[in-house]
Amino acid sequence: MRQKNLGTRKEIDSKSNIAIEVSNLYKSFKLPTEKASGLKQALFNFFRGVKGYKKQEVLKGISFKVKKGEFVGIVGRNGSGKSTLLKILAGTYYPEKGEVTINGNLIPFIELGVGFNPELTGRENVYLNGALLGFSHKEIDEMYDDIVEFAELKEFMDQKLKNFSSGMQVRLAFSIAIKAQGDILVLDEVLAVGDEAFQDKCNQFFNKIKKDKSKTVILVTHAMENVRQYCDHAILIRDGVIEIDGSPKDVANSYSLENSERYIEDQKDNQPKTSEFIKNLNVKLLSAKKPTQNDSIKIEITYDVTKNINTYLGLSLWDIKRNQSLINSNSKSQICKGKGHKKITFETSPSTINDSNIRVNVSVREKDGSILAYYPDSKSPTVVLRRTDYENMDHKTIDAVLFQRGKFDVKE
Amino acid sequence: MKIPRVLNRKNRILLAELTATDFKLRYQGSVLGYLWALLRPLMMFAILYVVFAKLLRFGGDIPHYPVYLLTGITMWSFFTECTSQGIQAMVVRGDLIRKISFPKYIVVVSATLTAVINMLINLVVVVIFALINGVTPSWTWLLVPFSLLELYALSLGISFLLGAINVKYRDITSIWDVCIQALFYAVPIIYPISLVAESSVLAAKIILLNPIAQAIQDIRHNLITTETITTWNFIENPAVRIIPIALIIIILIRAAFYFRKKSKFFAEEI
Repeated sequence: MRQKNLGTRKEIDSKSNIAIEVSNLYKSFKLPTEKASGLKQALFNFFRGVKGYKKQEVLKGISFKVKKGEFVGIVGRNGSGKSTLLKILAGTYYPEKGEVTINGNLIPFIELGVGFNPELTGRENVYLNGALLGFSHKEIDEMYDDIVEFAELKEFMDQKLKNFSSGMQVRLAFSIAIKAQGDILVLDEVLAVGDEAFQDKCNQFFNKIKKDKSKTVILVTHAMENVRQYCDHAILIRDGVIEIDGSPKDVANSYSLENSERYIEDQKDNQPKTSEFIKNLNVKLLSAKKPTQNDSIKIEITYDVTKNINTYLGLSLWDIKRNQSLINSNSKSQICKGKGHKKITFETSPSTINDSNIRVNVSVREKDGSILAYYPDSKSPTVVLRRTDYENMDHKTIDAVLFQRGKFDVKE
Repeated sequence: MKIPRVLNRKNRILLAELTATDFKLRYQGSVLGYLWALLRPLMMFAILYVVFAKLLRFGGDIPHYPVYLLTGITMWSFFTECTSQGIQAMVVRGDLIRKISFPKYIVVVSATLTAVINMLINLVVVVIFALINGVTPSWTWLLVPFSLLELYALSLGISFLLGAINVKYRDITSIWDVCIQALFYAVPIIYPISLVAESSVLAAKIILLNPIAQAIQDIRHNLITTETITTWNFIENPAVRIIPIALIIIILIRAAFYFRKKSKFFAEEI
């Protein structure tokens, strides 16, 4: 019943500078349509000639290479196939078609603390988890102090794991993950753990491992600042195919754009809402979709008025991530008199603001401010601003709306 | 399946660690702890002894009948524990299988090894009872390990085969529970095989072709009394005599290959 020709996954140990090579990888799952996890259901389906499952293609021909010592980010929306890809790299899932070659000792952390047992002590769990990753007692003896020190849990190690707080458990698991001595680390969304002090430690660790040319890291994350900060190269996966395999910046920007577009699609209204006097409201972005601070943002709005009234244009640039408006024109200021075709352009410079995903909101109003027509979010153009002049990357600086351009004067 | 690859260093470490964890956790939180490994079969024995030896007066002419009964019960509980743990192992360790890649047979073997440890502890009790009961040690005791190995090989084969199916069809667990009940009466544990032979020799022969019966009778023969009826001294045709052993070998090999073929997809299906 299974296809006879499955893909292959092999582990080699060669001098070549390629750590991971994936070529033309396919994977699909059979999702049961009804609850078919019993013999009864299986017999039923057999006699009725029902297949009882639906085929879901998750990976559709993925190929890429990772060089030794690289720090590679894999990003993509939920359900795009990232985790399936990782599980195939780690060997938990079997490739359906295609080839995967792993050169070196791969340590997967699809989930932290695999095999952790609440009834065992912290110490016993470290050894058990270590054994699952392929380390002997002696090897873990050597890493043990490092692990405990990094996790800052020295005095708790002889307590049962069930008495650890969840944060402590994660810290222990993460420490094992990063202290494990493998050539290739595969990490799935594990950065967002621990308190701030622990996060800083993790950042330091990642900066260190980034410089270490003997270690290859594959990181799956939704945090674009991590991609920009650590990765040498990144891959964007969308619906089971690789959309971009390139610089972390390109990938991070595209991902942000994809997300903001998707965010808008989710909303229901799809057509411009207009009153009977306003027809053909259209908003067009004339400038680049991904401007830098040196470009300008240019928007063209057109609409037809069928009655002899004055109309007023309302326009705002809405920051999707920070959920606030960046620019909001006074709807009284832009008057269009009478009937006919109206065409308005608006141009502004984003030189003063930080990286943001901006949606253009447009409405046509009457004198008293009541709305005659508005352009739906789902159709509004989105602008992804990405500055190129950040010298010292720090997400806290970028989180602010305005670009930091003040001058410090220190007198000592 | 190359032997060196199957039993490489990494797999041995993992096997040892999982078995130790299983054993540690089994009696977690109980006051008597590991003692239960001994107490359970002893209590079972006490009940069956009262019912069958004292009330129903089975085994009248069998020498050392209490030890004879205890041996049978110990071996039977080894078989049932081994198979039910082995079949369940994949489901119990589902979280590991889903998240990390390692040879899946380790999970099954580690679950059955816990039963082996229990059995060995119980065997010590059996030997002590035998000595108290006046059984004289003999060179045939050295043959007992072969029968134990046979029983283990059979349990492992059943665990691989049914365990692999159980991943997809959990009904297997319940079906096996019923099979165990039926098998219990098909194997001469509480009743002496001589009782069957009195009414039908053919029936007794068929019973003795069951590998479990063959192994248990051999252990009784070699450990307690040479008067025990075994496959070897009851069935004349040598070609028929080897059926139980052939069955074990075939089941184990077929099961191992089936398990290996299916294990590639356990992570997705479990």
